[in-house]
Amino acid sequence: MLILLRRSVVFAVVMMAGTLVYAFIGTGVAQLFFKNQANGSITANGSTLIGQNWKSPAFFHGRPDDAGPYATNLAKHIPGGDNPLVANGVPGASGGTNLGPRSKVLLDNTKALVAYWHAMGVNPTPDLVTTSASGYDPDISPADATAEIPMVAKATGIAPATLASLINKETHGPELGFLGASYIDVLQLNEALVALEHR
Amino acid sequence: MGFFWTIVALVVVLGLSWRYLGSYLAAVFDGRVHFLGPIERGIYRVVGVDPDREQSWQRYAASLVVFSAISIALTYLIFRIQGSLPLNPQHLGAVPPALSFNTASSFVTNTNWQNYAGETTMSYFSQIAALTTQQFVTPAVGIAVAIALVRGFSRHGASTIGNFWVDITRCLLYVLIPIAFCFGIIFVAQGGVQTLAGPVTIHDHLNGVSQTIPRGPIAFMEAIKQLGTNGGGFLNANSAAPFENPTGLTNFLSIYLVLVLPFSLTYTFGKMVNSVRHGAALLAAMVIIFGCWVGYTSYAEHQGNPAVAAAGVHQSTGNTEGKEVRFGDTSSALFGVASTSTSTGSADASYDSFTPIGGMGLMSGMMLGEVTPGGDGSGLYTILVFAIVAVFIGGLMIGRTPEFLGKKIQAREIKLAGLASLVMPLTVLVLTAIAVSLHAGRAGPLNAGPHGFSEILYALTSQGNNNGSAFGGLSGNTAFYNIVGAIDMLVGRFAIIIPALALGGALAQKQPVPASVGTFRTDTPMFVGLTIGVILIIGGLTFFPAVSLGPIVEQLSHHRFF
Amino acid sequence: MTDTQARDPQPPSTELSQPIAREPRGVAQARSLFDRAILRQAIIEAFKKFDPRVQIKNPVMFVVLIGTVVSLIEAIVHPGLFAWSITAWLFGTVVFANFAEAMAEGRGKAQADTLRKMRAETEARRLDPQGTEERVPASSLTKGDLVVCEAGDLIPSDGDIIEGIASVDESAITGESAPVIRESGGDRSAVTGGTKVLSDRIVVKITAERGNTFIDRMISLVEGASRQKTPNEIALTILLAVLTIVFLPVVVVLEPFGHYAGAGVSVVVLVALLVCLIPTTIGALLSAIGIAGMDRLVQRNVLAMSGRAVEAAGDVQTLLLDKTGTITLGNRMASAFYPVGGHSEEELAAAAQLSSLADETPEGRSIVVLAKERFNIRERDLGPDHTFVPFTAQTRMSGLDVDHRQIRKGAAEAVKRWVAEQGGTPPSELDAIVERVARAGSTPLAVAEGGDVLGVVELKDVVKQGIRERFDAMRQMGIRTVMITGDNPLTAAAIAEEAGVDDYLAEATPEAKMALIRSEQEGGKLVAMTGDGTNDAPALAQADVGVAMNTGTTAAKEAGNMVDLDSNPTKLIDIVEIGKQLLITRGALTTFSISNDVAKYFAIIPALFVTTYPQLHALNIMRLHSPQSAVLSAVIFNALVIIALIPLALRGVRFKAASSSAILRRNVLIYGIGGLITPFIFIKAIDLILVALHWY
Repeated sequence: MLILLRRSVVFAVVMMAGTLVYAFIGTGVAQLFFKNQANGSITANGSTLIGQNWKSPAFFHGRPDDAGPYATNLAKHIPGGDNPLVANGVPGASGGTNLGPRSKVLLDNTKALVAYWHAMGVNPTPDLVTTSASGYDPDISPADATAEIPMVAKATGIAPATLASLINKETHGPELGFLGASYIDVLQLNEALVALEHR
Repeated sequence: MGFFWTIVALVVVLGLSWRYLGSYLAAVFDGRVHFLGPIERGIYRVVGVDPDREQSWQRYAASLVVFSAISIALTYLIFRIQGSLPLNPQHLGAVPPALSFNTASSFVTNTNWQNYAGETTMSYFSQIAALTTQQFVTPAVGIAVAIALVRGFSRHGASTIGNFWVDITRCLLYVLIPIAFCFGIIFVAQGGVQTLAGPVTIHDHLNGVSQTIPRGPIAFMEAIKQLGTNGGGFLNANSAAPFENPTGLTNFLSIYLVLVLPFSLTYTFGKMVNSVRHGAALLAAMVIIFGCWVGYTSYAEHQGNPAVAAAGVHQSTGNTEGKEVRFGDTSSALFGVASTSTSTGSADASYDSFTPIGGMGLMSGMMLGEVTPGGDGSGLYTILVFAIVAVFIGGLMIGRTPEFLGKKIQAREIKLAGLASLVMPLTVLVLTAIAVSLHAGRAGPLNAGPHGFSEILYALTSQGNNNGSAFGGLSGNTAFYNIVGAIDMLVGRFAIIIPALALGGALAQKQPVPASVGTFRTDTPMFVGLTIGVILIIGGLTFFPAVSLGPIVEQLSHHRFF
Repeated sequence: MTDTQARDPQPPSTELSQPIAREPRGVAQARSLFDRAILRQAIIEAFKKFDPRVQIKNPVMFVVLIGTVVSLIEAIVHPGLFAWSITAWLFGTVVFANFAEAMAEGRGKAQADTLRKMRAETEARRLDPQGTEERVPASSLTKGDLVVCEAGDLIPSDGDIIEGIASVDESAITGESAPVIRESGGDRSAVTGGTKVLSDRIVVKITAERGNTFIDRMISLVEGASRQKTPNEIALTILLAVLTIVFLPVVVVLEPFGHYAGAGVSVVVLVALLVCLIPTTIGALLSAIGIAGMDRLVQRNVLAMSGRAVEAAGDVQTLLLDKTGTITLGNRMASAFYPVGGHSEEELAAAAQLSSLADETPEGRSIVVLAKERFNIRERDLGPDHTFVPFTAQTRMSGLDVDHRQIRKGAAEAVKRWVAEQGGTPPSELDAIVERVARAGSTPLAVAEGGDVLGVVELKDVVKQGIRERFDAMRQMGIRTVMITGDNPLTAAAIAEEAGVDDYLAEATPEAKMALIRSEQEGGKLVAMTGDGTNDAPALAQADVGVAMNTGTTAAKEAGNMVDLDSNPTKLIDIVEIGKQLLITRGALTTFSISNDVAKYFAIIPALFVTTYPQLHALNIMRLHSPQSAVLSAVIFNALVIIALIPLALRGVRFKAASSSAILRRNVLIYGIGGLITPFIFIKAIDLILVALHWY
């Protein structure tokens, strides 16, 4: 029994040491070959993999979060909105609303979001009135972006057709042509939009 | 169309893996793979194990239980003192005791139920040394148990079923670590984060907001999280978080990683008992049930969300609530079924926001005992338990006292198989009953009515089956749920492992009965059907009343089933 | 009667001539399934079995009993038509289960009563060591006592004849009216208590202890008094207990679950649900199936010393069958004349017939008959001047000396030697003919007159009709048949070929037989065999199923685990089928029982919660009238199905030899799929009846 205990402790410690080595070597390889990705795909204005709250109608908006300006629950109306560290009103934790499909709260929220979008002159798609699983979905679908064209066109004065072709250019197809769905990275889209305005 | 090709691609890669990885696994456990010989021998020397000395099932089980207990203790200890340990850029303090206990039990049982948000609770050291370590070790333990049980079938008149230390060492060195490492690199290349530097704060000049983005050694943990059917993510949003699962490709690879070992182990089983057909029979039973779940869950999720419809928005993209744009509805459903049918429990969408029937699809995978294909090793040993029951009933129906692979199934085997198949439903139902009866339990759910019931039922089903996924609305980080959940997970893991090992021991001792035309064939479609029948009866009949009070009632509230 | 009845037209191989064909009939006569007397007795027994000490042995039914009590208390506290109806039907469920068991036991008891009559106190004439006789009650005899029996006496107890020869009427135990010969020494020395000596005087050495005679054991066996659960029955009981234990929390937790949902759940309905879900059908019928299996054997005049042996019979993979009496008719018959040395066939036939006139063996008579058939040579009256030469082991010939003619027939070697002694030379073609006949599996019998060989008579071993099909069926079931014979390999091979057995053991000695059993068992196979001689005893003991012939020695009967009262070795095949049928019946009813649960769920679950969640009405796919009628219908179905299946349990499910996958497919279809669908129909029907009767 004593031998078994000793053996178990030694084995457990060896395993921990082994895992630390695995993580360190992995980090080394990652930092050596894929530095940008390994550090979070950071651009000048944020991470292309982390959604943020776009306040101005002059930008394409990402999907709503449970917090932020679209939030219907005022208690969760936290400045900074889509900042992942304050997502869902729970500082620091990423995650979805977890509201069930028959939830009264979900229905009320959705109705409020529909009203919000209508006020912005947008006829919303399902993505625009539902929250994502992470709470900071960096992407919207081409259809979502197209739906937002009236809002962005009105605020920036850029012709809807130009915006449509911009959306077309920024659309990423499914991986390898069939894995997942088509998407547009909102940060990249808005950076391209700004570039377009400045030209 | 994309979904169709996703399924085709998955079938192809899993099919190839089944054949070749399955065969490789058999070679690993037969001791025919040596490419890391020096490291392997080094570990044996340090730990003090004689690799040539095999263990009886009792010693095997004792090693496993003591080792697991030590693992829980060490993991708990790390959580409690993480504030004084290195690799803690956010200067996070100690994890509270009840949560530490729950989390330690959770990771040592391969459950990976998380009553915490990783990015705000665990230091990098805890994530690596405590959590990732268990993500490597526990699938190895599960596979070792499965292999030990399979040896019960392949050995004749033997008193030993292998050596626990050797089995897990080989599994780690030759299977888990190399595969996880390769996939870790792919995950990083796709955008997964892997750094030891702390969070980064960025100011967005366009938008005028500041973001503090948590980071960490995520991608390489992600690889073993999926491969080891663990499911416990670095970040709270788990595989929905882009840092864990950045693209459609990584999503696909996650699904592949989750399924590959549980499916391939059926080939290993076939190979070890010298009848690949037997492995194929188990595979068929798994695939048929799994296919049904995928079919109806994807269908249900493609139907759209009732709340969105009620708000007057036209839906053509399925249920988008709690789903990520880059994955879409059906791939998220596929991921969900893969994750819940394998005891993984990772999530690339919010399961709580699935349609009721979609959510039931996720629950079904767990309620049937995690055998389609189940966790690493645990899927194989659990389905073998069900197969033994199927053999017993089927064998009687052809007028023979039943035998499986030449081993007579008698009172002792039925007792052990019965015990192993009894534990899960018993624990889950009783604990759910306790939870809905006590104030502390009733305080948990976020949603009201049947959906709230589903949240509690889901939580205890998930933990009892060592899955770890959740209807996230449940507030699990309370003293009640931390402790009840820990009990659920520990019982659900070890009360099945021990009878499974005892079965291995009992079977190994038996001399085989030679097969004849009169033998009940256990490698035929008929047997596959019987096994499915037993799985559905034990899982289906035990959970039907409970499910009818949760998802079924919820779905029927608009008077149609789909 | 089942369709596995012995199809064997051959009489058992007792010493005396027997009627040609008869139904197996014994002490245990086939009774009508619902014999009135048994029925009455069973109803009384069904209530006596409520003793909790009896009930606890059957975990499934014990739970039903507890449930009944709970429901009863609830009905008393909150009286109502519904609660009382449910309680009554739950009570009925237990009664029906008891009744099923009592029925099975009742049939055995009736048989035991018949046996008991002949155990009526008899007097024994005990010999003391001085050789003087004293009259003592049979019950005071102990092992080793010597008793004298003369014509008209009942043999007081089991024993071996140590002196004398007698004809004995064994009809009391075998149902066979023709007397059998018993004599000291050899393999026919055992006598059974209760049988009657018809002629002569014998001295019997008692071999059974008091109260443990063959008849005593038989009584306790058929009564089921000494019935112990067999290994497979134990395993199945465990499985059923597991299913019961699983469903216990499934039902109990519905109370808190319902409470959470805001639904009050009635205790009576919960009990009803529990009883419907646990495998009551098989639980109620399990012991009846076991008892009935033994009973079916007894009806075939086979006594199994343990239920274990019956189960093992289902598993047998190798059957060792004696050639004579099992595969062949036992007697060789003349089938052809082959003349040699220029003699005509008729000449040979005439000489052969003449030499066989006094030969009363079946072979001898068959030669006479063949000669008559072929050449119309009539039996002649011999003049006074003739002498029969009987067969002896030394000469291995028999024959006739008449009118200076010396005719001999016998083994070719012996006849050749005799011809040589007479100064003749056997013709050269003789050897070839002898060889050819032997190769065909027949016995060549050379016939010679004086120094001249006339030819060869072919004595053919006649394979029983239909036996080949029987073996084909066995092969389909995966059973290997091995023919055991004392013949030379050449003959054995030919007969094996003709009969269609898988293998044969020629020139078999008891040692060779034993070695064969051992080697089969080493490969993990279960072996069944028959035997009767003392030298068979070790092999009988070694075999997994050893069937001793009742005509055999006490040693053989002690060694085997079954005794065939008819002493008919073909019975082995029946025994295997009965063993299989027993297991299949268990498996089929278990499957049926579990499949039934699905329909019961659809009846009861919506009924339980429909008031709280009206949408659950969608699950009421049978459209049952009301929640209460739904629950009651399910409970009534659950109870009645036990009664409905009693005949099946007692008779066993239909069994036809076929491949394992065919059997499985059939049973899964009937009992699995059938078990799924049937209750939907009947629960709906019962519901309609309840409504029609204005019960609800």
